[in-house]
Amino acid sequence: MNQRFADQVYVLARRSVVRTARQPANVIFPLVFPLLLLAVNAGGLKAATQLPGFPTSSFVAFALAIPFIQGALFATMNAGTDLARDIQTGFLNRLSLTPMRGVALLAGQLGGIVTMGLIQALVYLSVGLAVGVRLASGFGGALVLLAFAVLISIGFGALGAFAALRTGSGEAVQSLFPAFFVFLFLSSMNLPRNLIEIDWFRTVATVNPVSYLIECIRSLIIVGWDGEALALGFGVALVITILSLALASISLRTRLARS
Amino acid sequence: MTVNERHGIEARGLVRVFKKGPRAVDGIDLNVAPGEIYGFLGPNGAGKSTTVHMLVTLLPPTEGTARVAGYDVVHEGPKVRAAIGAALQEAALDPLLTGREHLRLQTTMHGLSQDERKRRSKELLERVGLTRAADRKVRTYSGGMKRRLDLALALVHSPSILFLDEPTTGLDIQSRLALWAEVERLAREDGVTVFLTTQYLEEADALADCVGIIDHGRIVAEGSPEELKAEIGRPTVELVPADPNERERAAAILARFGELQSSAEGIAVRLRSGEADLVEIVRALDAEQIKVENLQLHQPTLDDVFLAKTGRSLEGAADEEEPVETGADAALEPA
Repeated sequence: MNQRFADQVYVLARRSVVRTARQPANVIFPLVFPLLLLAVNAGGLKAATQLPGFPTSSFVAFALAIPFIQGALFATMNAGTDLARDIQTGFLNRLSLTPMRGVALLAGQLGGIVTMGLIQALVYLSVGLAVGVRLASGFGGALVLLAFAVLISIGFGALGAFAALRTGSGEAVQSLFPAFFVFLFLSSMNLPRNLIEIDWFRTVATVNPVSYLIECIRSLIIVGWDGEALALGFGVALVITILSLALASISLRTRLARS
Repeated sequence: MTVNERHGIEARGLVRVFKKGPRAVDGIDLNVAPGEIYGFLGPNGAGKSTTVHMLVTLLPPTEGTARVAGYDVVHEGPKVRAAIGAALQEAALDPLLTGREHLRLQTTMHGLSQDERKRRSKELLERVGLTRAADRKVRTYSGGMKRRLDLALALVHSPSILFLDEPTTGLDIQSRLALWAEVERLAREDGVTVFLTTQYLEEADALADCVGIIDHGRIVAEGSPEELKAEIGRPTVELVPADPNERERAAAILARFGELQSSAEGIAVRLRSGEADLVEIVRALDAEQIKVENLQLHQPTLDDVFLAKTGRSLEGAADEEEPVETGADAALEPA
């Protein structure tokens, strides 16, 4: 990686972070909304911990995995919308007329998303620890959790970038958000899969990749070092990341179809 | 002497056809000399922006060839982009970044060293008069300030050719004049070739060494403003009779001095023998006792040239909005 490329990635990532930081709604909402939902769920679904076989006596610890996924989704939507706006306003054309390498744009954009994702993950983790959650996997688990948060930020971020580059429309990017939330609600977010009694829901949750992302984070919080959950979680996250990066790269090449 | 110092812009038979749109550019030939200000004049939807997008490598031509700074726009895109600066229609700025941050981004993307970035940014902010506003977010800028910043961004890498797509549209007269002065200085003092699209006659008239008039994707006239006006040649007299009932008699008198022209308010005639006829017209009207509310002598303008070449006035000749597509749109929807 030469210096010019590194500089390009840095200024583009910096721009992405600065833009987000200057839109308070884009910072506060992804931080506050998942934590509010956590508070509501922890209060309303506390009785679930009494179910035989429920893996923990603390629903907050059980549900703490959810904000990580929701936060990544929010950050992704915002970043994707910003990229779509760049296309609509012609800002991407301006960048296209510089000797910018397409991959620098993608890396810069994702760099901004990762930074925001990391800040969010640190906040969720801190809030969890502050309300009494203890990480079963210890300090090492916290580091792995942050690394996982970075990985899903890249995966979802690339998906948002793909939508933005493919459609060039902020509205189209935002319309993905409800779809992502459907995936989230049809996962094991509120109950372990083995305790879901409705067959079709359990089947859907089992084939839903989001379940494995949640279970990976959850395992670090309430189980400790669960090799299977970690392997499945990181595996699914890697597949999502590789696929979305490939799709985003193809769309970027098409979008930057300069001669 | 490098390639781009010896070359301006050349295009032969440039065509762009959009799948769901018209033949936006329909066989354009261009020859812009180095250091020249070329005014590309035409109404909205005439094909100006599509031509610029092809010349700056953002849009591949459907047919034809073009060389910018000596490089082929299709096969030598990176070299073309390194030689040109462009401020495209609607200043594409990030409202959340400051002017200085825009320059930092642009200088970095162009690979300037750390020291050069600072020096060039400072120099350009001074040049476009934005030093005091440099640390304000762009969303607080006026239209003129945005255009000046846009120009500064196009100049960070000292291009030899500058494309300005309707740079003064929507600006007040003061901002427009300031931008004209800067464009003129770039061409006259720095030797930058400027390709400027505009729908303002006075802009082309004041700035351009050579004007190409484009209509429906074709160049209908080309030459210096003086040459083009001389081609039309003769001045026009426009008369409004005090009594509207005298219109026909007044028209009959004017017809003796040349060909009658369409006129929104009165009767107009293109003088056969030049402005010397004006005295004779006044005498003839006086002899017929026709009272006149308004009588004006018009020297030929570029609008007259446009009228003569297209049968329409440039004012109000706007077609539908020009379908400018990005490379991606073009790639996704081939013609």
